[in-house]
Amino acid sequence: MDMNAYLSMFIDESNDHLQTLNENLLRLEGEPEDLSIVQNIFRSAHTLKGMSATMGYEDLAALTHEMENVLDLVRNSKLKMDSFIFDTLFKGLDALEAMVQDIVNGGTGKADVTSIVTALQSIFNGEHKKSEPDQKAAAASDSSNADKPILLLDEYQTSVLKQSIDSGHQAYHIHVTIREDCLLKAVRAYMVFNLLEAHGEIVKSEPSVQDLEQEKFDRSFTVFTITQTKLEDLHTQIMNVSEVESAVVTLLDEESLHLLSTPTANQQAEAEVKKAKEEIAAAIAVVEKKEEEVTKAPAAVAPRKEAPAQAAPAAVNRTIRVDIDRLDTLMNLFSELLIDRVRLEQLSSEIKRNDLTETVEHMTRVSTDLQNIVLKLRMVPVDSVFNRFPRMIRDLAKSLDKKIDLVITGADTELDRTVIDEIGDPLVHLLRNSVDHGIETVEERIAAGKSEVGTIFLRAYHSGNHVFIEVEEDGRGINQERVLKTAIKNGVVTEDEAKKLSSDEINMLIFAAGFSTAEKISDISGRGVGLDVVRSKITSLGGNVTIDSAFGRGTKFSVQLPLTLSIISAMLIKLGSEKYAIPLSSIVETSIIRRSQILNVHGNLMIEFRNTVIPLVSLSRVLETPDFNDSAEEETEIVVVRKGEKWAAVTVDEFIGQNEIVLKTLGKYLTNIEAISGATILGDGQVALIIDPNALIK
Amino acid sequence: MGEELKVIVFALAEEEYGIEVDKVRTIERMSPITRVPKTAAFIKGVMNLRGVVVPVVDLRGRFGLPEQEPTDNSRIIVVAVDDLEVGFIVDSANDVIDIDTDNIDTPPEIVGGVKAKYLHGIAKLGDSRLLIMLNLVEVLNKNEIEQLMQLEG
Repeated sequence: MDMNAYLSMFIDESNDHLQTLNENLLRLEGEPEDLSIVQNIFRSAHTLKGMSATMGYEDLAALTHEMENVLDLVRNSKLKMDSFIFDTLFKGLDALEAMVQDIVNGGTGKADVTSIVTALQSIFNGEHKKSEPDQKAAAASDSSNADKPILLLDEYQTSVLKQSIDSGHQAYHIHVTIREDCLLKAVRAYMVFNLLEAHGEIVKSEPSVQDLEQEKFDRSFTVFTITQTKLEDLHTQIMNVSEVESAVVTLLDEESLHLLSTPTANQQAEAEVKKAKEEIAAAIAVVEKKEEEVTKAPAAVAPRKEAPAQAAPAAVNRTIRVDIDRLDTLMNLFSELLIDRVRLEQLSSEIKRNDLTETVEHMTRVSTDLQNIVLKLRMVPVDSVFNRFPRMIRDLAKSLDKKIDLVITGADTELDRTVIDEIGDPLVHLLRNSVDHGIETVEERIAAGKSEVGTIFLRAYHSGNHVFIEVEEDGRGINQERVLKTAIKNGVVTEDEAKKLSSDEINMLIFAAGFSTAEKISDISGRGVGLDVVRSKITSLGGNVTIDSAFGRGTKFSVQLPLTLSIISAMLIKLGSEKYAIPLSSIVETSIIRRSQILNVHGNLMIEFRNTVIPLVSLSRVLETPDFNDSAEEETEIVVVRKGEKWAAVTVDEFIGQNEIVLKTLGKYLTNIEAISGATILGDGQVALIIDPNALIK
Repeated sequence: MGEELKVIVFALAEEEYGIEVDKVRTIERMSPITRVPKTAAFIKGVMNLRGVVVPVVDLRGRFGLPEQEPTDNSRIIVVAVDDLEVGFIVDSANDVIDIDTDNIDTPPEIVGGVKAKYLHGIAKLGDSRLLIMLNLVEVLNKNEIEQLMQLEG
């Protein structure tokens, strides 16, 4: 079999599972008693093991196997999590990630993991510091359980079954026997499992799924399942699977469940269970081909609960994986369609034929819907960037000996994939900065009368055509005096300039190139790469970053990002014969002013606008237009644009109107052209340049 | 015999030039060009090439030859070198020929007013016809454009 065909799928899914493992381990660290999390971890680890073994990545499978062993003990309450186990598991995860990364880069995924494996084995054997009584108790319960012929449920499985009974589902105990002459028992078992999974969910099977798959069972197996299907239907359907000799389906109620789940059940209780089960069985007229088979059937196996029990199943969206290139192609094709649409609209308004106009209008509506969908396809929840942060903060906090809580909200906020790809690094930088410079050490926090655990909030939310991402901490805040001193020392501002700066402007200094407040260079941040990199990255994405800080109480970084980078709304304007587009997102309003309203302040042209005075910029002068000059006009159209808090009025010749435009780059040959951020193709096939309003505001 | 080389032949101010055919994406008639402000004078602007925005350079201006108004014969040759895609305005383009690499000589210092560094060599075609092979990488060298911009600015 050619494994290469599955490689990309393997990589994708491995990454997913590693991420799940990471997240759940972190959650478990917070709530070590919650066994349902362990179930999730176990399931991911198990799948990962299976996949890597299939693909022939033995080291990967071996390490996962050791982790699985430890998790299995935890899952069955035979082992309590402690920080040593957590650290070892996290180390294991890191190793797994490194191996998968190696595979991504075309390597063999091999790595020396002996030290981690040894650590895991010592945990598994209870050597690391397991208390003796626990061990004995576990062993005792092991042996006592092993003698019992009755299938027992652990606490977790019982609660799952109980909950589903309470919520109106049916819980069944199913005992299936396969014909003696059956050659492929595992296949039949698999078919039964498939059938049950199609109807509901399997909580537990005995023997375990793995054993069943490897035909490590005699002729019969037992399954606990939750479903909505009626007993008779279920029975008929199981019997329809070829070579099934008999199937005994028993409805479970709370009482029988209770009996099944009492781990220290003595013989009497056991008998009761049997009796209860038989009674129920009798009561619901089950077809049994061979009674004696059933009574001796429940194979006595040590209660190794291997079944892939699932916590209350979250509604999983049906998704498919699509090559990103295909999405890009779709986007490009759609852009061409959009250009043609605008052209058609133009033509139909010239031709003025009713049926043509109607058709074009309909096409416009359809293509608007299509545009929404195409854009949505490219939207990715910001979670795909956020999900690696909890782990990062945990590790950073540990290495700096600080106590930090990371609170993430709005992780489901969606952003264009192109933005998502780029935003990761700036956010890492901001977060590292918050951990390193923002949050104080435990002692400092206590001295300042704060709780010893610092909190970092990471929020994402939509607002208008933008997505905001905020990084806020309750740390020491920005020391403006120190910022000013450093800025002057490093030549970012002169002393005279510094005196005139507002509080906000001082805060923004930390984003200036050549500025770094860290007095000693640490491993975490301040490696000479300042926050200016963050700002330039965000600006290059068409975004904006602001700071809000209170000394002693904390700092908030607010990153504003455009929803998408491919199609935007823009105002088309004319300067003589030339057409330009101004992004609508930065337009405050449009209006007309008379020459007499223009003020001349120290040689700079200004106008009064909404009770403030804002600068007036002549677009034709900035763009050196050959056939238009606004100084001759008595009345002139203006567009008021903004860049953060700053506004400016831009004079234009004529407004054409608002339009959806497709962003195109000018290519690699023409770069860094002042005041131009890109180009678009208009309905008539001509290229119009897109004005970068940020460049017009000094 | 050297290798066969397929070249597109175009005319620019009395001389014939050649570009390897695999570097040429397409040859277009003159189409509307949008001026891009604050660029060198020989950069005429950008055009729409089937949905892609492509910069257009007047090759006469690029080589410092006197520019002229486009005629019916004027063509835009769109070349792709590395990841750069640029259109060249030329006086006319109407031939594809095969030449023998053995017939390409190193160019003299200046040929028809064009500096040698923009040239790959000179190919002899028959007795009296000479074909000047362009060195596209140098023609599209951006550093030089920036220097030119500073001189002009």
